[in-house]
Amino acid sequence: MATVSMTVNGRTVSGQCEDRTLLVQFIRENLGLTGTHVGCDTSQCGACVVHVDGKAVKSCTMLAAQADGSEVMTIEGLASGGELHPVQAAFREHHGLQCGFCTPGMIMSAVDMIKRHGGQLDEKTVRSELEGNICRCTGYHNIVKAILDASSKMGDGARIAAE
Amino acid sequence: MYATNYHRASSVEDAVKLASGNDEAKYLSGGQTLLPTMKQRLAAPSDLVDLRHVGELKGISVDGGKIRIGAATTHSEVAQSSDIASVCPGLTHLAAHIGDPHVRHMGTIGGSIANNDPAADYPAALLALNATIVTNTRSIAADAYFTGMFDTALEEGELIVAVEITAPAKCGYAKFPNPASRYALTGVFVARQGDGSVRVAVTGAGSDGVFRQAEMEQALKSDFSAAALDGITVDDADLMADIHGSSAYRANLVKVMAKRAVTAAG
Repeated sequence: MATVSMTVNGRTVSGQCEDRTLLVQFIRENLGLTGTHVGCDTSQCGACVVHVDGKAVKSCTMLAAQADGSEVMTIEGLASGGELHPVQAAFREHHGLQCGFCTPGMIMSAVDMIKRHGGQLDEKTVRSELEGNICRCTGYHNIVKAILDASSKMGDGARIAAE
Repeated sequence: MYATNYHRASSVEDAVKLASGNDEAKYLSGGQTLLPTMKQRLAAPSDLVDLRHVGELKGISVDGGKIRIGAATTHSEVAQSSDIASVCPGLTHLAAHIGDPHVRHMGTIGGSIANNDPAADYPAALLALNATIVTNTRSIAADAYFTGMFDTALEEGELIVAVEITAPAKCGYAKFPNPASRYALTGVFVARQGDGSVRVAVTGAGSDGVFRQAEMEQALKSDFSAAALDGITVDDADLMADIHGSSAYRANLVKVMAKRAVTAAG
């Protein structure tokens, strides 16, 4: 057993877990933050994407112990004061979800993508950046639309703020 | 995943010490292959020695044509390096197309070549670029390093510290990714040195891992153009055959990807 401490969505948390515990298990089971999903469990689908130290990673492919001391952001940490994050708002506006299972990972990937590319995103880039996120409802058209819309609304400010 | 013991190394010396005398221990770099393998219970190391916090394993330096990439440098960091792009753009292109963005944020060059997956991208680049693999005990030339499928010249407990490359005059990489896994169904890296010599390395196709294609190297030495490869027929005898493609299909891909890599090299 290990004691793991990290900052999750701005809050310092710590908990006991086995060394083999995956970050996603720690987030869901120790912290009760079940917005982060486990889809494939084989590192392909991206439903488990969270940000660790500012970078999008698959939390099913990282041990909780590896994230000890890190800053983690999950889907629950995006909205502030009851107001949706612009990417969340764009997904709602463009109906960027069908069953919703992949949505937390899609949104966390989109936020990371916009941060890296700023207002420079185009459809081709969005589609290739979504390589690691699978929507089994195949709702990609509206997901791409939502990301492009959020990207243009957030503009270059998003990238500059991230640097 | 079977139970394991996690250790966080603080230095190269510390990492080697933590792994020493325990042949069931494994180094954990980005973990993008090792952890999925452990989850499938295809690997069950008793101990994991985490390298992500070892500062001396990280970073990129480019001095003239000399490139040094720390073993724990991520694919994303290599992909974004304008210093590498200015002298060896084929390498940044390759790094930018490994897996997906999330995998590239974690996966490392050292981890990739230590595993030496027969369909991984980096082995092709390092072999074609005649790279030197620097470990905690010695330097190994790429030709001697890649010894077969999932097999390398690394000794038990030996740790890759960095990869050193002399920038070529021209280089390019082209891969045909498996549509599901994004691993190379076939990938070819072509590098041309200032003296006109050419090295061509193929990943994803060989039944014993990455290999050099001597006939193409000869043809490109006298004429560095995609057309110079027109007359070559790739022998499929030692090529992989699986549900994704027959050896004859891969043989054709080797030629097509080699031509595209030469075109990309410009």
